[in-house]
Amino acid sequence: MGLLIRGGRVVDPVQGLDGRADILVEDGLIRQIQPELAVERGTVVVDAAGLVVVPGLVDMHTHLREPGQEAKETVATATRAAAKGGYTAVVGMPNTVPVVDTPGQVELVRARAAREGVVRVYQVGAITKGSRGEELAEMADLAAAGVVAFSDDGRPVPSAAVMRRAMEYALMFDMPIISHCEEPSLAEGGVMHEGFYSLKLGLKGIPALAEDLMVHREILLAENTGCRVHIAHLSTKGAVELVRQAKARGVPVTAEATPHHFTLTDAALEGYDTNFKVNPPLRTGEDVAAVIRGLADGTIDAIATDHAPHTEAEKAMEFDYAPFGMVGLETALPLAITRLVNPGVISWTRLVELMAINPCRILGLPGGSLQVGQPADITLINPDLKRTVDRDRLASLGRNTPFHGWSLQGWAVATMVGGQFVYQEEGV
Amino acid sequence: MVTSSFKFSPVRLARNNSGLLILACPPCRGRFFAISGSTPYFQGVEDVQVVTKAEIMDADKMRRALTRVAHEIIERNRGTDNLALVGIRRRGVPLAERLAANIRQIEGVVVPVGILDITLYRDDLTTLAQQPVLHKTEVPFPVVGKRIVLVDDVLYTGRTVRAALDALIDLGRPAWIQLAVLVDRGHRELPIRADFVGKNVPTSRREVISVHLTEVDGLDKVVIGEIIE
Amino acid sequence: MGFKHKDLLGLEQLQPDEIRHILDTAVPMKDIICREIKKVPTLRGRTVINLFYEASTRTRTSFELAGKYMGADTINIATATSSVVKGESLLDTARTLEAMGADVVVIRHQASGAPHFLARNLNAAVINAGDGTHEHPTQALLDMLTIREKKGRLEGLVVTILGDILHSRVARSNIWGLTKMGAEVRVVGPATLVPGIFRQMGVRVIHRVEEALAGADVINVLRIQQERQAKGLLPSLREYARMYALTPERLVLAAPDVLVLHPGPMNRGIEIHPAVADGVASAITEQVTNGVAVRMALLYLLMGGGQSHGTTD
Repeated sequence: MGLLIRGGRVVDPVQGLDGRADILVEDGLIRQIQPELAVERGTVVVDAAGLVVVPGLVDMHTHLREPGQEAKETVATATRAAAKGGYTAVVGMPNTVPVVDTPGQVELVRARAAREGVVRVYQVGAITKGSRGEELAEMADLAAAGVVAFSDDGRPVPSAAVMRRAMEYALMFDMPIISHCEEPSLAEGGVMHEGFYSLKLGLKGIPALAEDLMVHREILLAENTGCRVHIAHLSTKGAVELVRQAKARGVPVTAEATPHHFTLTDAALEGYDTNFKVNPPLRTGEDVAAVIRGLADGTIDAIATDHAPHTEAEKAMEFDYAPFGMVGLETALPLAITRLVNPGVISWTRLVELMAINPCRILGLPGGSLQVGQPADITLINPDLKRTVDRDRLASLGRNTPFHGWSLQGWAVATMVGGQFVYQEEGV
Repeated sequence: MVTSSFKFSPVRLARNNSGLLILACPPCRGRFFAISGSTPYFQGVEDVQVVTKAEIMDADKMRRALTRVAHEIIERNRGTDNLALVGIRRRGVPLAERLAANIRQIEGVVVPVGILDITLYRDDLTTLAQQPVLHKTEVPFPVVGKRIVLVDDVLYTGRTVRAALDALIDLGRPAWIQLAVLVDRGHRELPIRADFVGKNVPTSRREVISVHLTEVDGLDKVVIGEIIE
Repeated sequence: MGFKHKDLLGLEQLQPDEIRHILDTAVPMKDIICREIKKVPTLRGRTVINLFYEASTRTRTSFELAGKYMGADTINIATATSSVVKGESLLDTARTLEAMGADVVVIRHQASGAPHFLARNLNAAVINAGDGTHEHPTQALLDMLTIREKKGRLEGLVVTILGDILHSRVARSNIWGLTKMGAEVRVVGPATLVPGIFRQMGVRVIHRVEEALAGADVINVLRIQQERQAKGLLPSLREYARMYALTPERLVLAAPDVLVLHPGPMNRGIEIHPAVADGVASAITEQVTNGVAVRMALLYLLMGGGQSHGTTD
């Protein structure tokens, strides 16, 4: 009584696969994977001809908004958005209300996910209590409760001393620190990238220097402590170069970039549309080019969404007052295919590394491969499907996408978690 | 003889060879208006041709008419004491200057001439697809207590004169306001009449009166045309 | 020519012809201000709402008079608090005003882009009366009208803008407007307030005041704010005054018939020496009158679109 995914192009770099193969799923696990499998009686066949079949995508940077901000998003809606976007797992950031800085909060999210989530949900714990950047959170207890990393995402840890202690502490459990890199005194009050457009729009800028300085600090601290540090949503040319150099000399640093940072520039802010207000801010064309180079050459390890839903009322405001963030779970894959794979900047293999394998490797998660015996977390992609992004048809509660009206090519058409389809388009 | 033909597309300003402006007004749902003291307004027309039917005044006739009007102005006002002429932009201005020159010849007196721009007093400003360019009003003398003769080329519905009266009164309180026009073509929509008329021309609303003046158009003549739909 | 915009949000988007058209239209408006009956019926029955989120006597009064002189009904809504503090969003406020029948909303707001937000959400015409550190287009238009009156032209003039350019909406609007009209614009002040990136707006960036004033036909002096010192952008106002104040000694470096402008209110003794300030005062009076004329012209041009019917004679 299995399910056979037949005739698709299977891309699984871990097994060195990129070609036609059939996958047999039984009891939630991958049972067989062969160039051609016979159909046994009772087996359900999913015709994957013309589709690309990849290990389930993992978003290592999601804002689930639960607990505390259920008007923006919930575990139920975020995981549905994830499934629709081709993700089989999401990693929740701890900047909820309250901040996830105790085992109890972790447990709450876990329970909510078990009851209402449709994809796997992992949680990041706070570095400091309340993410205030002062006292360390109870990191050992959080680790025991199952968090997969530590981060004060949404804000930087202003004190180098506090960050150094956090790294020393996290190293005891071999857990990575995820850093939102922004030197606070340089970034203070900023609402967009500092440059020609901020000058002309009269908006306070966040200089690239603020990110570069902090990335440099984290690299030096990681080098000094030996703790693994992961740079969240890298956005500047300078930061890409710093990570490249650090990796070359063996510093335990990894990095992610978001689809909006490899797609949009600060020129998009003309007109003051708050859907383009995001932190780190949209940078210049040069930065976008550097991020794309970093994704292609291995400097940047992962594509993460930084999915940050807000209510319409919150975004329908003066630019200065609107919150930072944009939704991303449902547009990340089509953007990566349209902007990176289709133009030949990266291969399908690299795409799978960036969106599935590396997030798992960095955070120590299961998944990232279609090996026999593994849970059947599988994403089916139609690489030819062209579709226009429609903000009103998102599964997320958030409507704050900057890509409304964009025509993109290459969409997830089915998402399977543990052998069950959690998203499936008609005809698949 | 067809003298001109217009095809209207949204927000289109056209000028026929007699210098009258016609413009389409999309917000007015296919209506358009000819803006000139000498043209009617008409509705629901897609394609307009103006056919010249006859020349009703040449340079000589115009000169004689203006000479007579100058005499009438002097006679009616028992001389030129406190008299001033105010031309309504645009063709009323050269006409006022010619009348002033005639009066000077007859009486040897220089009568002051002012220029009135009525744009800000129009009752149709917001219906025009394109605003008329605003010009200065130049009345270089106090109007208070003056006997003012307003001068325009054609008297038709009376709305221009109504606007001119308001504009003039906002400058001060004249003792008397009289109206002189080169052509009165009838069809008044307001209780207004001219005190001095160069020529009365009975017309239909479909007809167009075009006044040409040397100062503006290079020659003196008045023609009557008809709009063909 | 007509004016094709629904709103006036800034000078950056305007063509040189459109700027010229506004200035030309302001000239006859000025005559109306100077006569005994300062009212025309042009905008009779129209409603102009002045929505001011920042204190401003000068600009608000100017718009109010402009509306009244044009025959419109003008209403002032002044609120010192931001929408966030007040609890009602700008969007709700705007929708309320429109429901009340506003034809024009004039907005002054501390957040850059607030007028754009309003313009996107309202059918009424929106005029930017100063937004954050973005633009203050009517101030620049009245500056340009004043310069054109005094100098007879804008093209080819050397205009030096002196002061806190970075935080100035007046500077930005003047830069866009003047460069479009063919003037050479220099901006001068300390590097913390006049960053080099302004070059990308087509102006010369200078930090030495003597160099910036040399041969200038017009000097526009901006108000320097106390809080710049607190924010660490200036060591002290005293040092700023020593380095950048427009003094009689510095003024002689400019063209002999130099015109000095100041958007007001002036800090005598800080950005401008009292002796120069008193010389400027006459031009400032002129600027105030021109401000009303420019705003009348804008109301006239923005209200020229068609909604109702009427006949034409």
